[in-house]
Amino acid sequence: METQAIYEKVVSLISPYVKKEGALQSVSHSTKILEDLGVNSARLVDIVLAFEDTFDIEVEDEAADSIWTIGDAVKLVGSKLNQ
Amino acid sequence: MHRVVVTGMGVIAPNGHGLKEFEEALKSGRSGIRHIKALEDLNFGCQVGGVCENLDEIKKSYFTEEELLSMNESITLAGIAGIDCWIDAGLTRPHPDSQVDWDTGAIIGTGIGGMDTISGKLVPKVAESKVRRLGSTMVEQVMCSGVSAKLGGLLGLGGQVTTNSSACTTGTEAVVNAFLMVRHGQIKRMIAGGAEGSSPYTWSGFDGMRVLNSMHNDCPEKASRPMSASAQGFVPGSGAGLLMLESLESATARGARIYAEIIGGHVNSGGSRGGGSMTSPNPEGVVRCVRQTMLMAGIQPSEVNAINGHLTATFADPKEIQNWLNALELSPEKFPLVNSTKSLIGHALGAAGGIECVTAVLQLHRSFLHGSLNCEDLHPELKMIEKSVVQKSISFDGKIIAKSSFGFGDVNGCVLFKKWDNLN
Repeated sequence: METQAIYEKVVSLISPYVKKEGALQSVSHSTKILEDLGVNSARLVDIVLAFEDTFDIEVEDEAADSIWTIGDAVKLVGSKLNQ
Repeated sequence: MHRVVVTGMGVIAPNGHGLKEFEEALKSGRSGIRHIKALEDLNFGCQVGGVCENLDEIKKSYFTEEELLSMNESITLAGIAGIDCWIDAGLTRPHPDSQVDWDTGAIIGTGIGGMDTISGKLVPKVAESKVRRLGSTMVEQVMCSGVSAKLGGLLGLGGQVTTNSSACTTGTEAVVNAFLMVRHGQIKRMIAGGAEGSSPYTWSGFDGMRVLNSMHNDCPEKASRPMSASAQGFVPGSGAGLLMLESLESATARGARIYAEIIGGHVNSGGSRGGGSMTSPNPEGVVRCVRQTMLMAGIQPSEVNAINGHLTATFADPKEIQNWLNALELSPEKFPLVNSTKSLIGHALGAAGGIECVTAVLQLHRSFLHGSLNCEDLHPELKMIEKSVVQKSISFDGKIIAKSSFGFGDVNGCVLFKKWDNLN
């Protein structure tokens, strides 16, 4: 899967959890999921589960802990898909 | 001591959402009891119930997609009624980044709580050894206080935000406890009442006990029959009813519209003694609860103009009336007017007292008493108060309505509402 396709899917999977109004309009790889999008930190668990279901991958807890930005998530998903 | 008034209300019930629709349903005798396919599929004896209509549509106009991710049915019902109550009280729904409102708290009870989450998500996943896939929202949805915690966050409440649970007394108990807090000057405002979802798993235990009516599955609107000779058990219901209780000083200072004053409230237990048990009230406990409420209000029994009864349509209905007769020490012909809101919406368990307190205040404010459905064949033991049983909606110029609730665990609650007419 192309990085851009992963990126677009990652953003769409995160979007239901975004609490900051309008934040998705200026999103990029460097966007911080908690601070910039206002996602509740507890919901990262649900986002990772959505990644697992959508991309048919398994994300270990340690790996999930490394996700801070959208770019981190895209990179992690990409690496799992290439394993 | 502070005088306590009702300055806002919110309700979502099987026969109507919002005060206007609910009032119309009460006045016209519109039942909210319908056939429930899930109960039939699950082979329940009782296959009718009271479920709030169009909830999926309604909730989208109240909550964001993100908020709804962690809101099961009971939390959603509490949220809708709570926001309605807040706005009805003349307050503005705050932005998520607003200041905390340190002057308002909430006591929102529930009887059984997030059973839809427990049965539909939690138990299946754990049973399949998929704990890791439960996600982050299980605890906040299955914790009993979910119904108050979510609303507290939505409204930025800074007073005590809690959930009580005392079976079918829950909603009334919440109102009494909140009333006492405001009365004692602990806080200016409290949102109080109850919420309960409609999961078959919540209702199953009652069906197993054979206390639900299984004899009217082919005619749902006839199924809830409080005070009837042919009452065969209660009909399960759901919904939420919340009231904004406020000190008179606070209400006056902000120019709030006042619906009614709460002049007395009490909760107690019969101790499962003297004929009381887990499932039946000790008559002395009921009498003491009613009398203590009247004592606090400083009124005589003859001043109670109407009673919104607990009256569920079980064998306990005649006993409830007898307990009231004993408490008031009035002859049967002087018994106050009485009706049962459960005849229209079923028994909403932890939400019942909240919805019925809203009903009592609406009736005072709008000068009517709604008809109690399906008691044309009045129970023989109630013939002595036949003239007091309101079978069809009537205009009402009384000043005081009592709301009483009784619950498993031999627990009792009673509130006295007094009409507000600017002369108080």
